[in-house]
Amino acid sequence: MSEAQVSPLRTPLVTAERTLSQVTDDIVTPLIQRPTVRWWLAFLVSFAVLGIGFGMVAYQIATGIGTWGLNKTVGWAFDITNFVFWVGIGHAGTLISAILFLFRQKWRTSINRAAEAMTLFAVMCAAIFPLIHAGRPWLIYWMFPYPNSRGSLWVNFRSPLLWDVFAISTYFTVSAVFWYIGLMPDMATIRDRLAGLRKKIFGFLSFGWNGSSRIWSRYETLYLLLAGLATPLVLSVHTIVSMDFATSLVPGWHATIFPPYFVAGAVFSGFAMVLTLMIITRVVLKLEHFITIHHIENMNKIIIVTGGIVGLSYATEFFMAWYSGSPWERFAFINRAFGPYAWSYWIMFSCNVVSPMLFYFKKIRTSIVATFILSIVVNIGMWFERFVIIVTSLHRDFLPSSWAMYKPTVIEVGTFIGTFGLFFTLFLLFVRFLPVVSIGEVKAVNSFAKRKNAHHAEHEVKA
Amino acid sequence: MSKVRTVGWFEQEAQILNATKAARKAGLKVVDVYTPYAVHGLDEAMGLKPSKLTWVCLLAALGGGGGMFSLMLYTSAIAWPLNVGGKPFVSAPAFIPVTFEAAVLSAALMSVFAFFVRSKLFPGKKVVPLERVTDDRFALELLAEPEQARHFLQAQGAVVVQEVP
Repeated sequence: MSEAQVSPLRTPLVTAERTLSQVTDDIVTPLIQRPTVRWWLAFLVSFAVLGIGFGMVAYQIATGIGTWGLNKTVGWAFDITNFVFWVGIGHAGTLISAILFLFRQKWRTSINRAAEAMTLFAVMCAAIFPLIHAGRPWLIYWMFPYPNSRGSLWVNFRSPLLWDVFAISTYFTVSAVFWYIGLMPDMATIRDRLAGLRKKIFGFLSFGWNGSSRIWSRYETLYLLLAGLATPLVLSVHTIVSMDFATSLVPGWHATIFPPYFVAGAVFSGFAMVLTLMIITRVVLKLEHFITIHHIENMNKIIIVTGGIVGLSYATEFFMAWYSGSPWERFAFINRAFGPYAWSYWIMFSCNVVSPMLFYFKKIRTSIVATFILSIVVNIGMWFERFVIIVTSLHRDFLPSSWAMYKPTVIEVGTFIGTFGLFFTLFLLFVRFLPVVSIGEVKAVNSFAKRKNAHHAEHEVKA
Repeated sequence: MSKVRTVGWFEQEAQILNATKAARKAGLKVVDVYTPYAVHGLDEAMGLKPSKLTWVCLLAALGGGGGMFSLMLYTSAIAWPLNVGGKPFVSAPAFIPVTFEAAVLSAALMSVFAFFVRSKLFPGKKVVPLERVTDDRFALELLAEPEQARHFLQAQGAVVVQEVP
């Protein structure tokens, strides 16, 4: 990595010049120190919110999903919105760890570990919703094809909902493996730094890693293979999620644009969530010289692109609604923008199409405060996008006599809030017990920072 | 004189690359090189062959995808053909997404498994790694006559040279 020719004009990937052991120190120190008061506060709040979510889930499993605000017309609403929202969040992690790796975007090295962790936790949050929606979560294994005493009655492989089962479970497994493989060398570094129980635990988890170049060489091949597998996988996951809708005949859902539209939206919301988390993490763990303004600016540029694709998709949907000549389609879209749920449509539109445009200004995309606020705005917008697609398409369908409105119940809102508790609890535990920044990969790009400085020194001597 | 294992520790990435190349040129046997991160160019310097993991990956993908596709054919068309919305029993296009997912899952898991087996890594494996090689030093392990190896490593700029059992 460090052998590659790099233009001296490029901005260094890590701003401070550090020796290799300083890099280790910087990343390992937060794991050794006692947790700060801020960490405890954040953890207790997240854990309390998780508790609320747990209570809500327990109640609705015990009582049944009649506790939701669904009716005969709107059979999918809050839970599927949340499911798609969380799966989408996860996509940025894989994009950073796999796609940017294949494109040799070395700036990813300081953020990929945390982004991958975010993917795992987001997918866990997402998985809760279909699990509860199944009504009888203890029979969830019925979704997998296994020989059974009912015939054998097999699952219906033609259903996109079943494709989803395979897509999400594969995505979670492969992301977890990819994450773990990336962690192994770093866990060995920590093992050799610490003593006592932690040394034993990390020694067990690092699989006897000893830094051998023969293993490193094979490891690099494996990492490349996993990145190559994860790339089409991440695209397939949201494609399949979008097919849950696109293969139906509901106006507003039945559209061939859905797969790319959903994937772009997923990356868009995922990067916003990575930014929210990274901006907090870099300050709390004092990692400002690893996660620099340069990283934040690059992610903001990806938000501009994916936000642009999302905006274009909204426009295309409207164009096709008119151009197709289908009265049902036309009605669905007029109803979306001007019907009883117009407020949610315009929240979505302003958050997703207008707000990322602000990142065209360099001042804004290099401002931490502005980025933090906009990243939350984008996530609100993307949540509403899923709500708009799902609820506005269903609530006024073909038969006006069955038109209805949907309103979430306290249970549904509480469950959604509870998933944030789960997400942040897991993330806080992660920053506490595992290296947030990939030690090995940062060391490899570290020499680049040094060379740049050497280059400057050379110039000064000549002058 | 019998050959022994001698390790030299270096502080710079460039040094370890040069030393490894020079060792092979001088006809010394390079047992292994230990580094805190993947140093690029070291594969060539050590003369390592490209890994065959890619083949494991390809075969696992074909096996996983093919296996799943066959299972879908068997369950949907042979074991219990059910008429779902008038679709044909062998509805191959509808089987593609799951085939793809199974191929990816199998390829990823089998590649990782093959990596562990080939590298002899397993949970709880006990190792005593060389000093500081997972932190900030690069170590070159040679199998040669002790005097010759010591001279060579010191000439290459090793900060510490030690014989290991």
